[in-house]
Amino acid sequence: MILIVAEHAHGAARKSAFELVAAGRALATASGSPLAALVIGADPSSVATELAGFVSDVHVVADPGLEPMRAEMATRAVVHAAETLGARVVLVAGSRSGQSYGPRVAMRLGGAYLEDVTDVSYEGSDVVAQRPTYLARISATVRSQAERVVVSVKLGALAVAPLADTTGRVHQLDVPFADEDRRLEPGPREAAAKGRVALEEADVVVCGGRGFGSSEAFERHVVGLADRLGAGVGATRAVVDAGWRPYGEQIGQTGKAVAPSLYLALAVSGAVQHLSGMNRSRVIVAVNKDADAPIFKVADYGIVGDVLEVVPALEEALAGRD
Amino acid sequence: MTIITILKHVPDAESRVHAKDGALDLSGATFVIDGMDEYGVEQALRMREAGLDAEVVALGYGPASTTQALRTALAMGADRAILLEGDELHDPLTVALALAAVVRDEAADLVFVGGKQADWDSAALGPALAEALAWAHVDWTTAFALEGDAFEAVHDVDDGSETLRGRLPVVVTTQQGLNEPRYPTLPNIMKAKRKPLDTRPADVGQELMVVTGHTGTERERRREMLEGDARSAAAELVRRLRGEAKVLREEGR
Repeated sequence: MILIVAEHAHGAARKSAFELVAAGRALATASGSPLAALVIGADPSSVATELAGFVSDVHVVADPGLEPMRAEMATRAVVHAAETLGARVVLVAGSRSGQSYGPRVAMRLGGAYLEDVTDVSYEGSDVVAQRPTYLARISATVRSQAERVVVSVKLGALAVAPLADTTGRVHQLDVPFADEDRRLEPGPREAAAKGRVALEEADVVVCGGRGFGSSEAFERHVVGLADRLGAGVGATRAVVDAGWRPYGEQIGQTGKAVAPSLYLALAVSGAVQHLSGMNRSRVIVAVNKDADAPIFKVADYGIVGDVLEVVPALEEALAGRD
Repeated sequence: MTIITILKHVPDAESRVHAKDGALDLSGATFVIDGMDEYGVEQALRMREAGLDAEVVALGYGPASTTQALRTALAMGADRAILLEGDELHDPLTVALALAAVVRDEAADLVFVGGKQADWDSAALGPALAEALAWAHVDWTTAFALEGDAFEAVHDVDDGSETLRGRLPVVVTTQQGLNEPRYPTLPNIMKAKRKPLDTRPADVGQELMVVTGHTGTERERRREMLEGDARSAAAELVRRLRGEAKVLREEGR
C-alpha cells in the first residue's frame, strides 16, 4: 500500500497534503496497490473528514503530544501506521516537519529515504525520484534499493490532486508511544508573518534585497506590493542579517526554497545560494540597478532601475486595472 | 564531556557544477568546509570558552580531501579530528550509521551537524544520526544554551520558531543565525598542523538507495529586458505578466 502523511494547520489540510495525494494516486495506480492517508495531531478529525473526499481510507492518530509536532512522536506514529497497514511507500511533505521525522521513519523501517523530491514514480518494482543536489544546480535521479521507502516531496513541486468521487472511511489508530518520544519539551513559539500566505504555498512571491536601504522602505515597498498581490514575502540573506526581516522569510540555501508561478526579485543580485531557493519558479521578474547582476541571467523579464522608483510605478500600473 | 562536530567538504557555492551525459562533473569546483557545518564548530568552541569543560572533536566524512575541512576546524580551535574515509555519494542514512559508530566510541554527549549539506542538499543527516543513536534531535537551531545536562534551544519550524527544552545527549543541526563563525588566524593554522588527525575507513553497510543519473537544472528563460523609464517599464511588465505570461490574476485573494 501507499501511505501519505497529510500535514495540517488550523483544522485544515495544508496544500502539501493534496500534492501528496496526487503523487500517491499515481504510485498506487502504477503498482496496483491501495492508497491511504494518515493524519496525526491533537484532534485532527476535521482534517480526516476533509481528506476522506480524496482518499478511500483515512487513518487518524490523535494525541495531544503530537501538537506542536515533535519529531520522535511523529516518527512513532508514522512507523506504527506503516507497519500496521503494511505500507511499502510512505509519502511525507518536504516541510520542516516532514524533513525532521522523515529520515527517522525511514531508518526505523529499515527503508530508503528519497528526500525532497520533485518527481516520483515506479520503474518496474523500484521507486525512482528526481531530487535537487549541489544547491539545486543539479537534479539527481535516485532509485530505492529497499523493500520500504519513505519519500519526502518538495513543497509546491507537484500539482494538487482534484477531489475524488468518494466518501472515504475514517479509522482510529492507537499508537504505543514511549516516554522517550516526549523527551523534548516544547516551549514558547513565535509565529512568522501573521495572516500572510505561507511562503512555500504562495502562488506569487515578492522578494526584496538590501537595495531598499532600510527596513521601513522594505516594509512599505516589498510587503506593500506583496499584500496587493496576495503574495508571500521573501528576503535575501543580507536583509535577514541586517535584522530587517525574520529568518523565516529568507529564501535560498539556508532559508526556504520556493517555486511559485511568479517570483519578483527586487534589488536581489542573484548569488548562487539565493538562486538555489527560487530557480524552479515558473516566471521570474528581476528589478536591479546593476545591469550586470546575475539575477538577470535567470529572469524572464528584467528592468534595470532603482527599486524605489520602479516598485511605486509597478503599484500604480497594477492599480490601473484593479 | 566530548562534543563532536560533523564536517563535510563540499563544492564552493560559486563553483561551476554541471552535468554532462548523465554524469556529474565537479572538475571545475573548488571545495570548502560546508558553511552550515562551521556554525557547529563555532558553537562548540564558544561553549568551551564560556567555561564548559569539553573536548571538541571534528568528525569528517568523505574522501581523503576532507582533511582540508578538518584542518580548518582544527585551526578554528577544535582539539583533534577524525576522518571517516568513504565515497561521497553514499546517502545520508548510510553515512549516519557509519558516523554513529564513532560517536558511540567517543562517548560524546552532544553532536553538532550542519542543517543542510551543500552537496546532497540534504537536511537528513542530523535526524538520521539521532535515530541511529536513539537520541533526540533539534533541527534548524538558531540558539543553544547548556546548563549542566539541560539545554534550551530555539529552532525554526514551518510557521515560525519554537523553543525546545531537553537533556543531553542530543544531535543539534545548525544554521545561520546561531553564531558568526570565526576565521582561523595564521598562528592557529600553523598550530592546527600539529593537532592529531586520525583517518579510518568508513564502515558502510548495504546501501538502500543509489544515484543513477544527473542533469543540469538550468531552465530556458525569456531574458527580456524591458526598456524605458520606471513608469513605462513597469506598465509594460504588468501588461506582459497579465497577457503573455498569464501569472497575474485580476482579483486579489
